[in-house]
Amino acid sequence: MRQTWVTPGGVHPPENKHQSLTQPIGTLPIPEKLVVPLGQHIGAPAIACVKLGDKVLKGQKIADPAGTVSAAIHAPTSGIISAIEARPIAHSSGMEALCIEITPDGKDQWIDLSGIADFEHTTPEALLSIITNAGIAGMGGAGFPTAVKLNPGFQRPIDTLIVNATECEPYITADDSLIRERAEEIIEGIRILSHILGNPSNILIGIEDNKPEAIKALEPHTLDTGINVVSFPTKYPSGGEKQLIYILTGQELPSGQIPADIGVVCVNIGTTYAIKRAVVEGEPLVSRVTTMTGEACEINRNYDVLIGTPVSHMLEHNKFNAEKCSRVIMGGPMMGFSLTSKDIPIVKTSNCILAPSVEEIPHNEPAQPCIRCGMCAEACPVSLLPQQLFWYSQAKDHERLQSHNLFDCIECGACSYVCPSNIPLVQHYRSSKSDIKKAEEENIKSAQARERFEFRQQRMEQAEKEREAKRAARREAALEAKKTASPNSAADIIAAAQARTAAKQMSPEQEQAKLQRAVSSAEMRVQKAQDKLDAAVASEESDEKLKILSAALSGAQQKLEKAKVRLAEQSN
Amino acid sequence: MAFKQITSPHAHGAQSTAKVMKLVVWATIPGLIALTWHFGWGSLINVALASLTAVVSEALVLKIRNRPLGFYLGDYSAVVTAVLLGLALPPLCPWWVVVIGTVFSVVIAKQLFGGLGYNPFNPAMVGYVVLLISFPVQMTTWVTPLALLPEGVNHPDFIESLRLVFSSMAPVDGVTGATPLDSFKHTTGLTVEQIYQQNPLFSQAMLAGVGWEWVNLGFLAGGIIMLSNRLFTWHGPIAMLATLALMSLMFWDSGSSQSPGSVLMHLFSGASMMGAFFILTDPVSSTVSNRGRLIYGALIGFLVYIIRAWGNYPDAVAFAVLLANFCAPFIDNYTLPRTYGHTDRRKATERLED
Repeated sequence: MRQTWVTPGGVHPPENKHQSLTQPIGTLPIPEKLVVPLGQHIGAPAIACVKLGDKVLKGQKIADPAGTVSAAIHAPTSGIISAIEARPIAHSSGMEALCIEITPDGKDQWIDLSGIADFEHTTPEALLSIITNAGIAGMGGAGFPTAVKLNPGFQRPIDTLIVNATECEPYITADDSLIRERAEEIIEGIRILSHILGNPSNILIGIEDNKPEAIKALEPHTLDTGINVVSFPTKYPSGGEKQLIYILTGQELPSGQIPADIGVVCVNIGTTYAIKRAVVEGEPLVSRVTTMTGEACEINRNYDVLIGTPVSHMLEHNKFNAEKCSRVIMGGPMMGFSLTSKDIPIVKTSNCILAPSVEEIPHNEPAQPCIRCGMCAEACPVSLLPQQLFWYSQAKDHERLQSHNLFDCIECGACSYVCPSNIPLVQHYRSSKSDIKKAEEENIKSAQARERFEFRQQRMEQAEKEREAKRAARREAALEAKKTASPNSAADIIAAAQARTAAKQMSPEQEQAKLQRAVSSAEMRVQKAQDKLDAAVASEESDEKLKILSAALSGAQQKLEKAKVRLAEQSN
Repeated sequence: MAFKQITSPHAHGAQSTAKVMKLVVWATIPGLIALTWHFGWGSLINVALASLTAVVSEALVLKIRNRPLGFYLGDYSAVVTAVLLGLALPPLCPWWVVVIGTVFSVVIAKQLFGGLGYNPFNPAMVGYVVLLISFPVQMTTWVTPLALLPEGVNHPDFIESLRLVFSSMAPVDGVTGATPLDSFKHTTGLTVEQIYQQNPLFSQAMLAGVGWEWVNLGFLAGGIIMLSNRLFTWHGPIAMLATLALMSLMFWDSGSSQSPGSVLMHLFSGASMMGAFFILTDPVSSTVSNRGRLIYGALIGFLVYIIRAWGNYPDAVAFAVLLANFCAPFIDNYTLPRTYGHTDRRKATERLED
C-alpha cells in the first residue's frame, strides 16, 4: 500500500452515485441539431474554418485552434453546417458565445481515420501534435488544452504523472463507468502520456475508495506497467488538483504556481481515454461520457454523448419531469452551475447533467446572520477562514481579503455546504475576486494615465523653458548688437549670419560620431524589441499582442537600416 | 424554457443555526438537573423566567427594528442567552433581577449592536456583570446545597419558591450560605487542609465542594455532548481549563494558609465548567481560528485564576470572558492559519504592496 496524505477539512455529502451505475454506458440517437461552441476550453476560442452550408463528415475539423493555448473543434457527426452564430453556452453566467450548428444527415459517416499503432517509436512532438489536432482539452471540468499541459518545457522536468480518477463530486459517475468498461484503453492512454513526458518515475492513478469496481477493473491492466493505482478515503474535495497532489505526494503546490513547477503533471482519467482514441485510432474528440442523473429524470445512467448535443435532448430521452425538478445543473451539486436554458449543449468538459427533484436539492433558504461558528473553517480544504472572508467581502475590504488569502480559495463549496446559516459564501468570494481583479486593472490603467500625464507636463515645461531661454538669448544678443554697432551695416548682418551658420555646422568627425551613436542606439532598440517579442512568445500572450510587438520589431529594424545607410553615406 | 440560475454549491448539509442553538439548550440539561437537585427549584424558575423575558424583549426590539419576527425568533439565540444567564444567577433571586439582567443581555448587549452575529460581547455575561455590580447582595446570596441543610430544614417547594421569587423576599436563614469559592476566599489564617476539615462544604465533598462539583460535572457532560456534535472545537475550552489547572498548580503553595486553592477546587467549583463549555464557546464574541481559540481560552483561564486568587470577586468567569472579548479581534489579526501553498502564516493587518 502506497502512503497517502490527509488534507485538512473536507465534507462528506451523500454520494448518490449508485443511481447512475445500474446500467452500462449507453448511447443516444443523434439529435436534430448539434450546437458546437467554439470556446470549450480555457484559452482563446477556436476559429471556424467552415462556411454556412458546408457539408462535413464526422471528425472533420470545423475550427482551428487560435494560438498555442487553444484547441481544435471537430464535427461530432456528418451533416451540414446550418448556422454559425452566438448561442447560449455552458457557462455559469448563462452567456452566449459563437457556436457552429450542424444539421446531421443521419449517416454518422467518419472521415478517413489513421492511427499510430506503435506510439513508442513516435516522437513526443509528433504525439503532441496529434493531441493538439484532435482538440483534446482537460475533461475533468476546467478544459485546459492537454497538449499545452504535456509540454512544460525542459526547465520543468516532470517526475510524477498523476491521473485523476477521484471523481469526488456526488452523483457523477462518468469516470467511474468509463474505467469499469474501458480500463485497458485508459491504461494505454496513460502509457502514451508517460512516453510523451519522458517516462516519469511515478505514475499514479488517484482514486477514491468508493469505487472498488473501477479499482478492480484497472488492476489487471496495470500489472508490470509501473502504473500505481492509489486509493484513498472518500472525502470531498479530494479531486481538486491541489488536493490530489497533496494526497498522493505529500507536496503542496505553492500558491500561484502550476503543478509542472514542482515536477507534476495532473490529467483527468477521461482525458487519457480521449488521448488513446486520438493517437491509436486517430479519432478526434467528438464525444464524451456524461452522467445523466437526478430524481427529476426517470432514467439515470451514463451516456457516450456527442459534443454539441443539447441538454434538452438528453433530458427528453431520460423522461425528464419539469414539475419535480428544482434546477438543472451541469456538473455536480457542489461545483456545477445551473443552466438557464435547456438548449445549452454538452461540451468537452460536461461530465454530468444533474436534474434533482425539489426534495433532493431544495430551493435555497434565506440566509441567516453569520454567528462565526467556524464550521466553514473546519471544512475548508485549504485552511482559510471563510467566516472572516465573508465579513471582509461584505465590507469590500480588499486588503483584508487578500491578507486572508482569498485568491487561494478553490471555490469547492465545502464552506457553504456546512454553513448552518445558509450563507452563500462562495458566491460572496467569487464576487469579491472579480471586484478585486477589476480594481487592480483600473489601478494599472490610472497609473498609466498618470504617468502619461506627468510625462506630458514635464515635456511641456521643458519646451517652455527652452523657448524662454532662447527668447532671453535673443533679447540679450539684440541688446549687445545695439551696444556694439549702433548703425547696423548690411555687411555686418550678413557676416554675423554666416558666422552663426558656420557655428551650427559640425565638423565631419562630429557628424560621423553622431551618426554612429544613432546606429548603436537603433541597434539597442532592435534588441529590446526582439527581447520583448521573445518574452511574449514564451508567456503565450495573445496573438494581437504578438502582432503589435513584431510590428514594433520590424519598425526598429527599418530605422536601424536607415541609420546605417546614412552613416555609410557620410563616411564616403 | 428557462431555468432558475443558482450558484454552486447546490447541495447543503443538514445543520442549521436553530438546530445548533437548540442543541446548546439541550446540553445544559445535565447541569440544570444538578443545580435543581442540589439547590432547589430556583434555577429552573430563573431559566424559565429569563427565557420568557428574552423572547418577549427580542420580539419587541425586532418589531421596532421592523424585522420579521418568526425568522429571527426562530434562531433560538435569545433563548440560549436567557438559559445561560438563568443558570448563572443565584437560585431564588428576586424576579426583577432576572428580568433586568435578561433585558440588558438581549436588548442592550445584542440587539442594539445589530442582533445575532453582531454583538462584540457575550450577551449573557454582560447581563450577569451588570447585575453583579448593581445588586451585589442579591447576586451573592446562594442557596445552601441539599446535603448541608440543617436537620428538618428543606429547600422551599415549587410553589413556595415561586412565592419567594415574586415577593422578592430573601429565603429563610439556613437555606442560604456561601459558595465554596466564597468561603475559601474569606477564610484566612487556615491551611487548605484545615479548611477542608472544618468546612462541611469541603469535608463532605468528593472533588471540590458539595453540590458544586455535581453542577460542574453536569456542565462538563453537556460540553462533551456539544463537542461530540462538533458544535465547536476543543481548543477554547481545553485551553481555558488547562491554563486554570496550570495556574492553580503553580500557585498551590503546598496548601498553606496563603494558597488560593487546589487544582480540583478551581476546575470543579464556581462557573469553571459552564464557562469553559457554554460561555467562552459563544462563537460570535470569541476568536475565529483554532490557534486564536487556544490563546483566547488560555487568556480566560489566566484571568479567571488571577481574579479568583487576588481579586475582589470570588468567581471571575464573567469578567474574564468580557475582557477576552475585547481582545478577540486583536488576537484574530495575528492567528491566521497557514493556507495551503503558503510557507508562512500571514497577518490580517498585512498591507498590500503597491
